[in-house]
Amino acid sequence: MVLNNFLILSAFLFCTGIYGVMARRNAVLVLMSVELILNAVNINLIAFSAFHHEISGQIFALFVITIAAAEVGVGLAIVLLMYRNFRSVDLDRADQLKG
Amino acid sequence: MLDHAWLVPLFPALSFVAILFFGKRLPKKGSELGIAAVGISWILSVITLVQWISHVESSKPGHGEPYFHGFTWWQSGAVKFPVGIQVDGLAVALFFVVSTVSLLVHVYSTAYMKGDRRYTHYYAALSLFTASMLFMVVASSTLGLLLGWEGTSVCSFMLIGHWWEEQPNSNAALKAFLTTRTGDVGLLIGIVITYFMAHTFNIAAINRVALHGDVSHTLVLVAAIALFAAVIGKSGQFPLHTWLPDAMAGPTPVSALIHAATMVVAGVYLVARLYGVFYSGFAIHGGGINLVAAIGGITVIMGAALAFVQSDIKKVLAYSTISQLGYMVMALGVGAWTAAVFHLFTHAFFKANLFLGAGSVSHSGSHHSFDMKKDMGGLKKYMPTTYWTFLIGTLALAGIFPFAGFWSKDEILATAHHNTYDVFLVVGLIGAFMTAAYMTRCVYLTFHGEYRGHGHPHESEKTITIPLVILTVLSVVAGFVNAALIFGVTKFETWFEPGEEIVKKLGSFPVLAHPDVASVDYVLAIISVCIALSGIGLAWAFYTGRLKVLENLTERNGLMRGGKTFLENKYYLDYLYTDLVVGSIKGPIANAAYWFNQRVIDGVVNGVGRSTKRLGELTYDVVDQKIVDGAVNGLALETGNAGGLLRRLQAGRVQRYALMLFAAVGLFSLAVWITT
Repeated sequence: MVLNNFLILSAFLFCTGIYGVMARRNAVLVLMSVELILNAVNINLIAFSAFHHEISGQIFALFVITIAAAEVGVGLAIVLLMYRNFRSVDLDRADQLKG
Repeated sequence: MLDHAWLVPLFPALSFVAILFFGKRLPKKGSELGIAAVGISWILSVITLVQWISHVESSKPGHGEPYFHGFTWWQSGAVKFPVGIQVDGLAVALFFVVSTVSLLVHVYSTAYMKGDRRYTHYYAALSLFTASMLFMVVASSTLGLLLGWEGTSVCSFMLIGHWWEEQPNSNAALKAFLTTRTGDVGLLIGIVITYFMAHTFNIAAINRVALHGDVSHTLVLVAAIALFAAVIGKSGQFPLHTWLPDAMAGPTPVSALIHAATMVVAGVYLVARLYGVFYSGFAIHGGGINLVAAIGGITVIMGAALAFVQSDIKKVLAYSTISQLGYMVMALGVGAWTAAVFHLFTHAFFKANLFLGAGSVSHSGSHHSFDMKKDMGGLKKYMPTTYWTFLIGTLALAGIFPFAGFWSKDEILATAHHNTYDVFLVVGLIGAFMTAAYMTRCVYLTFHGEYRGHGHPHESEKTITIPLVILTVLSVVAGFVNAALIFGVTKFETWFEPGEEIVKKLGSFPVLAHPDVASVDYVLAIISVCIALSGIGLAWAFYTGRLKVLENLTERNGLMRGGKTFLENKYYLDYLYTDLVVGSIKGPIANAAYWFNQRVIDGVVNGVGRSTKRLGELTYDVVDQKIVDGAVNGLALETGNAGGLLRRLQAGRVQRYALMLFAAVGLFSLAVWITT
């Protein structure tokens, strides 16, 4: 089994996610990018699990998927509230915490 | 109990603190605490007395050793400051006197002081006074003695000024305090001199050194004079007696306890306690006139003479106290140690009796007045108990056989005669005559004739009459302890005087000469009683109007009138002190002090002020404005600038935070990768 292909795919996904988080203005797209990062992690976990014949990696991945679902729930709620307050989901508008 | 005699002063001391903190919350406002504590003290004193007597009786004659008990309180170099107790006959006798009179006064006060606005504080002060006095009596070192001595002074001050809202009362308190303080300077000097003489504060050792040590006689004499100054102040001896009559401003039970029975005898006690120093310093064994006997003798006559012209019943008793204290001091001066202590013992009972009787009269008979001429008279039929107790007290004071005063006074006279001090024997006899006469005047004006007051006289309540009756019984029986003349009883001497063998062994007490019991002087006793009776008779005849010759003598005879004026102005001593002494000191010294103040002190102060101001201006301009403010402002400015730079990072943009996060993670990973 060749590990490199999996790791390259995962690194690509991760970088895409980072770029999305930092560059996109739309809060929904930022959330989606966070999901991309998490899934990159999942691919890594499962690849190493299969590579080492070790089941715990897959269990970790299951946990990550569950928590990601919860995180999306909370994140969408924040986005909804943001829309209610600013009438938009533009992240640049939400700079009220500036010092 | 003899080893633990310190328990006796402990209880009143504790009750002082307890009354002060909790007294007001108790149902009887603290008086129950005071009475309980002094009651315990009294029981312990009686136990101590009984144990001491059995200790003396069970030892071989003259072998009753005193008990010493103590420890070093603190030490500074080689100087040790000891605390301890010395239980001997003198301490035990005074324990009994002080605790008995104090207990009766405590009980009496519940009725006399009822409803007083400072009732609780009154009891607190009484407790502290009892504790100080008991502590002083049992102290084995001059330091302990000083502590108790000053404690009684403070309590006396508090109690004389108990009703301080009225100016005369607080003035009297101050006068008492300052006058005794004048003498107390002598006590401090005396303690220091005796310390450097004997290199110890222990009283027994000081006495031993003064009697047998290798010290110069002048040193002992100076120490004795210094200590005697304290006695003059405290025991109301001429010429510092003037505070005692004024001290009658305090409540009457206080006068009975402090200014008649106990505190004022502290001076007599001091002489009796440090008798070695006095005996050796004033050469009492010599038979010549010495300072102690002379001052005592002058005081006897002078106090008695003043008692004739007082219209305030308490002042009569106050001058009588001065006169009787003169007797005690005179007795000590002529070497009659036992007689002096015996007179102290009996006098405490009958004088407390008389004072409490006077209090009873003012409480229920004369509407809180003490003026015999205006508000009393004819009280005999309204207040029979008070009358009879007062009368027996009077007879005891006048020295009529067989009451207590007879025995002690007779012993003083007999010993004075035996020690060849015949001058003082005559003084004592004149004093006895005058005492009998002025007390008759006092009884007549108070209890006989017509009632001149405006109140409704009635007998006092039980809490007042019962202490009177107890004291009356004591005024009758106290003398029989040493009824050498008739019954050959010399128990007082056996019990309370240091035994001969002990004197030889410890050497802290002079070997005293005693008139032999077998050869007692009946003639002297009969003469003294006759003189006292003639005093009573003469005064009685004068006041009942049977002696026409003497009537209006002061109006008719210029010399007599002059004498009366002289007496009424109390020998002008108060004028001497306040106007001449204090005035002359006040004027020039005050002027000099003013000049010094204006020129020297003010000059210095102004100079210092001006230069300080200039220095301050300089400091303001240079140091404060330039350096300090510059530093502070600069720091603030720089902090502001730094904040301005940093605030750009806190833009509130979530994504920039994310950038920083990932950049940091990347940098750290790079660092880890490079280093590994």
